[in-house]
Amino acid sequence: MNTLMDKITFNGTESTKLVVINLLKHVSQSIALPILGILVFLALWSTAANNIDTSLGKFPGPGAVAEQVVNLYQEHRAERIKAEKFYQRQEERNAKRLAQDPNYQPKIRPYTGKETFWDQIITSLITVMSGFLLAAIIAIPLGIAVGLSRSLNTAINPIIQIFKPVSPLAWLPLVTMVVSALYVSDDPMFAKSFVNSLITVTLCCLWPMVINTSIGVSSIDEDWVNVSKVLQLPALKHIQKIVLPASIPAIFTGMRLSLGIAWMVLIAAEMLAQNPGLGKFVWDEFQNGSSQSLSRIMTAVLVIGLIGFLLDRSMLSIQSLLSWNKQTDLR
Amino acid sequence: MKSFLEISHIDMVFETPKGPFTALKSVDLKINKGEFISLIGHSGCGKSTVLNIVAGLLKATMGGVIINDKEVTTPGPERAVVFQNHSLLPWLTAYQNVELAVKQVFHKTKSKAEIRDWIEHNLKLVHMDHAMHKRPDEISGGMKQRVGIARALSMQPEVLLMDEPFGALDALTRAHMQDSLMEIQDELKNTVIMITHDVDEAVLLSDRIVMMTNGPAATIGEIQEVNLARPRNRVALSNDPEYNEIRSNVLTFLYEKQRKIETITGKQSTLDETEIKEQIA
Repeated sequence: MNTLMDKITFNGTESTKLVVINLLKHVSQSIALPILGILVFLALWSTAANNIDTSLGKFPGPGAVAEQVVNLYQEHRAERIKAEKFYQRQEERNAKRLAQDPNYQPKIRPYTGKETFWDQIITSLITVMSGFLLAAIIAIPLGIAVGLSRSLNTAINPIIQIFKPVSPLAWLPLVTMVVSALYVSDDPMFAKSFVNSLITVTLCCLWPMVINTSIGVSSIDEDWVNVSKVLQLPALKHIQKIVLPASIPAIFTGMRLSLGIAWMVLIAAEMLAQNPGLGKFVWDEFQNGSSQSLSRIMTAVLVIGLIGFLLDRSMLSIQSLLSWNKQTDLR
Repeated sequence: MKSFLEISHIDMVFETPKGPFTALKSVDLKINKGEFISLIGHSGCGKSTVLNIVAGLLKATMGGVIINDKEVTTPGPERAVVFQNHSLLPWLTAYQNVELAVKQVFHKTKSKAEIRDWIEHNLKLVHMDHAMHKRPDEISGGMKQRVGIARALSMQPEVLLMDEPFGALDALTRAHMQDSLMEIQDELKNTVIMITHDVDEAVLLSDRIVMMTNGPAATIGEIQEVNLARPRNRVALSNDPEYNEIRSNVLTFLYEKQRKIETITGKQSTLDETEIKEQIA
């Protein structure tokens, strides 16, 4: 009996050992290798940066970027404190006037300080998400209709194929002119610059989403369509119960593609049109031409990359949450 | 006597880039209520086309199908189909797959509780009640096919159409499924048209075996009555002289009269009896 117990505990420790070894292997594979990659990149970057001289000083290395991250954060804090003080002063002033004259209509003016790096990030994110959502609202129903109807597909396909390769930046001047001509209101809900960027983003999101959705819809397993026919599902129920779930993987492929493109295009559009956002930050710093400019731009570059990566990851997690097809390789 | 289901003079011509292709030529068949019919023939002979025409998924070029004095024009739940590859919706559980059908067919006539009971009853019938909340990718091929059958049965069809329902299953699972199907059939006495490649399956399950000639212009070659007593037991039948005679009749039809020669290129060509004899000589 004792020997048996010994054996069991021996086996027990042995198997825990195995588990630990496997875990270590896994950790080293999934964490150590990426860290190694990043370290090598940092080393190459800083060596290269040291050897490049520009008219604005040395090319920024990792150290300079880290410094700017702190700087930008402090600038943001300082600006926020300024804004708070401004509003406080305004409130006090209004309260005083109101005490003297009860009929006084207090004026509340927004703070018009410089937009910080953080503000620009938020602006860009809001713009890209709104443009993307607007595109999804148009493109997914359109894609489903095109996927279901062969004649609609034949009718629309040439238009899609021609507009698809057009860089949305080419649209930008036209969009700007049309928006300033048509979007006239005394109290606009959105700034014109925001509407310009949004439409540009929408234009570039539209095509990949329409195409992928329609391909997904038109390549639904014929058996499932036959099931729907045998059950005599009405058109709307057919779309809701069969078409939509069946094409979720394809729809999400299109959405991820277009969100990636949209983020890239938005930055360029902001640079070109001087619309608020990360692109404007980069352009302003470039025009500024101070000794810090390059390292600030480099910081922005890294932040843009990081945000693009996070956007893609979040789409991926929404996809794996919604998709029935767990076998699709989620990369 | 007037028959329940009549396949009347069906021709099927497909338009191909190389011109019209006649798949079926004057297919005629009368089926009585509660009869179990097997369609057997070599691949490509148009068995599935016949089934799809009865289902209403294809429209015959000439002729038509009449069920209960009504002509078939569209697909419908009164002619439920069990597809070869189960065709369950992978994003729904077994229960939800059957529910989709039951809700569509009975949403006006059954209450919520009745609908739930009816779904569970049908899943029980195919012995799938233990796994009814699993998704298709979590269950085996045989189980998927069981759910597919439950879905078809739950529509209470006038005719149950089965397109090689067990073709994708291994031999042991297939035998189980055949036994299950016989059990269900004893209880429900459905009218069934089943396509099969398997001679033993055809003899074991059917009341009549309809043998089709090779295409193009395929038609019904012979019809073999199977008057073996039910319930049938596969082990007992294997020594039954009548069973063996029927079996050998079907085999003779398939492998001598309608022999199909596979050429080396993989293209299938069909030769009639005399040509085969010439070749051998």
